[in-house]
Amino acid sequence: MPLSRSDVEKISLLARLQLGQDELERMTAQLSQIVQYVEQLSDLDTDNVEPMAHTLDLQDVLRPDERCPSLPRPEALANAPRHDDEYYRVPAVLGD
Amino acid sequence: MDLHQTSATALLGELRSGNCSSAELTRACLDQVDRHDEKIGAFLRVDAEGAIARAESIDQQRAAGTPLGPLAGLPVAIKDILCTRDVPTTCGSRMLETYCPPYNATVIDRLEQAGAVLLGRTNMDEFGMGSSTENSAYQLTRNPWDLERIPGGSSGGSAACLASSMVPLSIGTDTGGSIRQPAALCGVVGVKPSYGRVSRYGLVAYASSLDQVGPLARTVEDAALLLEVIAGHDSRDSTSAPVEVPRYSETVSQPLEGLRIGLVKEHFGEGLDNEIAAAIQEAIRVYEALGATIQEISMPHAGYGVATYYIIAPCEASSNLARYDGVHYGYRTETQAMLQELENERAQLPADADQESLDSALVRMYRRSRAEGLGEEVKRRIMLGTYALSEGYYDAYYLKALKVRRLIRGDYDAAFGQVDVIAGPVTSSPAFRCGEKTDDPLSMYLEDLYTVTANLAGVAGISLPCGFTQHGLPIGLQLQAAPFQEERLLRAAAMYQAETDWHTRRPPLA
Repeated sequence: MPLSRSDVEKISLLARLQLGQDELERMTAQLSQIVQYVEQLSDLDTDNVEPMAHTLDLQDVLRPDERCPSLPRPEALANAPRHDDEYYRVPAVLGD
Repeated sequence: MDLHQTSATALLGELRSGNCSSAELTRACLDQVDRHDEKIGAFLRVDAEGAIARAESIDQQRAAGTPLGPLAGLPVAIKDILCTRDVPTTCGSRMLETYCPPYNATVIDRLEQAGAVLLGRTNMDEFGMGSSTENSAYQLTRNPWDLERIPGGSSGGSAACLASSMVPLSIGTDTGGSIRQPAALCGVVGVKPSYGRVSRYGLVAYASSLDQVGPLARTVEDAALLLEVIAGHDSRDSTSAPVEVPRYSETVSQPLEGLRIGLVKEHFGEGLDNEIAAAIQEAIRVYEALGATIQEISMPHAGYGVATYYIIAPCEASSNLARYDGVHYGYRTETQAMLQELENERAQLPADADQESLDSALVRMYRRSRAEGLGEEVKRRIMLGTYALSEGYYDAYYLKALKVRRLIRGDYDAAFGQVDVIAGPVTSSPAFRCGEKTDDPLSMYLEDLYTVTANLAGVAGISLPCGFTQHGLPIGLQLQAAPFQEERLLRAAAMYQAETDWHTRRPPLA
């Protein structure tokens, strides 16, 4: 099933990507082509097949609930594009 | 002896016996980088000063009789996707141009404990997404055998620096073939370990159920040596397997008695380059002469690997890469211009239009930061994954792909009930020309045909040199073994290497 331009526009919002007009155009054609290719999976009967999200048979990997040092605040903030001594800074979220 | 061309295993002997120092070796490697990397472009950054200081400190420890680790004094190149404390880790992306991790990946810790000299960071497709290293935001990497051609990817820099003798060892990562394919196209050895064999802690995530870190080297023995150091359980990675690590470096040269090799009949169909098919057949004859038995096997779902992979990997990527929000680290768009843009859009909105249809300032900041910081292929995969996981499509795409993944694993389980290793091609064609596939994402994806199934099933794989095309381009032989059978895989590979000299050929670097 080919994707429409408005599908792609909607996905770009969900994916938090801003796409220009040319990019939207190109992406619509390319995604349609790829989706068409992957649709070959529908040829296979998988009714009684368990999905496999992971290849290791590990379940509920736990560790002792012990307090250990965590990243010091200055180091956690150091890579942020904007921050003050305590917080990450972002444009105003409320009141606009 | 040219130090920079010598194998890691031989160099360890030279270092131990005092025939050379780590500082000499490191300088020889740095000289080779200086001579050739301007045209190859394997390294994003080289830490000459740090590497020499580290080498000198290892030399001093050796002189003082301090016990040293198994890689003591050997230079190693690192794909720029493994977090290293206070060292820029860009993943080939503008998004992380200034990112300096506050911690080490477990693989980096292990290399440092083993005495390795970390020489520099190698180029890669952005976040590991690509098969040519052309998706790096920073530079092209050229194939040392033909500078007009790509080195493969995504670990293209890690393969190219070995082929051009700039280091004896390097680290790559493999999500759908990203170690094996560049190793094949550059004529070196690359191992994708079983899923869970090597810790992913500090490996910047692309597709978490498929990603593995692995060694690249010029010989199978060297790859065994490096894998032994980086493999093993890590409590900081809950998907790391609590499985004992054999001493690969001690057993790698022991031939396997009664080796059973499977040839997947689906691998030799249409689309496989004739010269590659002939080289693989010739490699099989070498094994036959060594007493191995050859069996044709069938993996009926192998042909669905690429379609399965290009659903699962983008789904995982769309979730993993949601972290690049321009808030916690990484690139952020210029906020004033972004707010002005929103203001203009609001002014142009018709009076009766819904104000809610405009992005909020925060959402627009995310969208612009990601649009400007991420490259085209990364955006394409995020979009694809977001679509496949969106309401109404999840069952048809993601869930379906997970079921086919189970069928592919079933093919492997059946195969490994009959044979010890599976032999076949790594790629369907030799290295292609730069730019040849950039406008056709699907044709680039089909590069992964023979390699993706190992990631989907979690099995181990290796690529090793097995010949050259008429035009002098390297050809790789792929061997695959059941999960956690790396010892068998490496020994089987070493048997072939002992009978051939393909791995000793070096490109004529002008």
